[in-house]
Amino acid sequence: MNIALAVDDEVRHEAALPSASEAGPATKRVVVGYGFWIFLLSDIVMFSAFFAAYAVLAHATAGGPSGVQLFNQRSVAIETACLLASSYTCGLMSIAIGSRRYAATYWAALITFVLGAAFLVLELREFAGMIAIGAGPQRSAFLSAFFTLVGCHGLHVTAGLVWLTVMMAQVAIKGFRATVERRLLCFSLFWHALDIVWVWLFTVVYLMGVVS
Amino acid sequence: MTDTQYDRAPGDALALPDVEQGTSSGVLVYTIGFALAVVLTAMSFWVANTSLLWVGGVSLGLTVLAIAQMGIHLVFFLHVTTGPDNTNNVMALAFGVLIVILVVVGSLLIMADLNDNMIPSAELMNLHMQH
Repeated sequence: MNIALAVDDEVRHEAALPSASEAGPATKRVVVGYGFWIFLLSDIVMFSAFFAAYAVLAHATAGGPSGVQLFNQRSVAIETACLLASSYTCGLMSIAIGSRRYAATYWAALITFVLGAAFLVLELREFAGMIAIGAGPQRSAFLSAFFTLVGCHGLHVTAGLVWLTVMMAQVAIKGFRATVERRLLCFSLFWHALDIVWVWLFTVVYLMGVVS
Repeated sequence: MTDTQYDRAPGDALALPDVEQGTSSGVLVYTIGFALAVVLTAMSFWVANTSLLWVGGVSLGLTVLAIAQMGIHLVFFLHVTTGPDNTNNVMALAFGVLIVILVVVGSLLIMADLNDNMIPSAELMNLHMQH
């Protein structure tokens, strides 16, 4: 019922909406979001190069351990759950920001941060375990590509956590100003895009690696 | 002047102008997206581990599931729609997807082709060994 109503509402909005060129110049929020969207897409193009390198080198193990021996599906499943849940709480945070609720924003940001940090800890433990048994990035082309691809995503998550902390400090000090809200919009875009990259990561690296 | 309020950036919640109404329907949108993503993720892990399916089709199945989940994320989390205020975002996305496909599929095709054209190295090694 609710969905039908929401769709109905949207149709009415769009009927009343002039086409994009008639509406005049776009708001700053739209321009900033679009610019950041372009950046995210270029970031994803960069990831695609790492993905291509990994796919080409996936079997170049040089006699070293292969993915089947190294990957622990349970820990990957927990990492995926953490990141997906943090994407959800990030969405709830942007709703709280839209309705200017400080407490809800802080709580959602805190849960997002904790889940993202849990993801990072699990990933670092996995890396440390692999390096400890001599399966570091210098062991084979497969492992070099693996550490580059997964590590690059991990670096992005780290940057996201730092960014989230900075944004919460800005909300606390400056409040919900237009500039702060635009930055928060960019952050939530960034965080959701990281989750899309992770979807491909666990599919291509971990699950397909175990299958073949 | 209120017309411009309907312009949506990617990632914007669905009903910006009407805050009170937007909260509950926004939560609903994220929750639906989250539930679908969880189902698709669980399916991916099941497909990779089950022995019920033909092994040759598993990779293809995983790819389809990943594409579906990417679509879920784009629609429910990033709020990319087909509306007229989203044309630019969709065009940029389409271009990004084109480049990604070119890079990944192109690399795989070229490298597989190069591998096929190589003299089989094991036999070559054996020849050398015999001399």
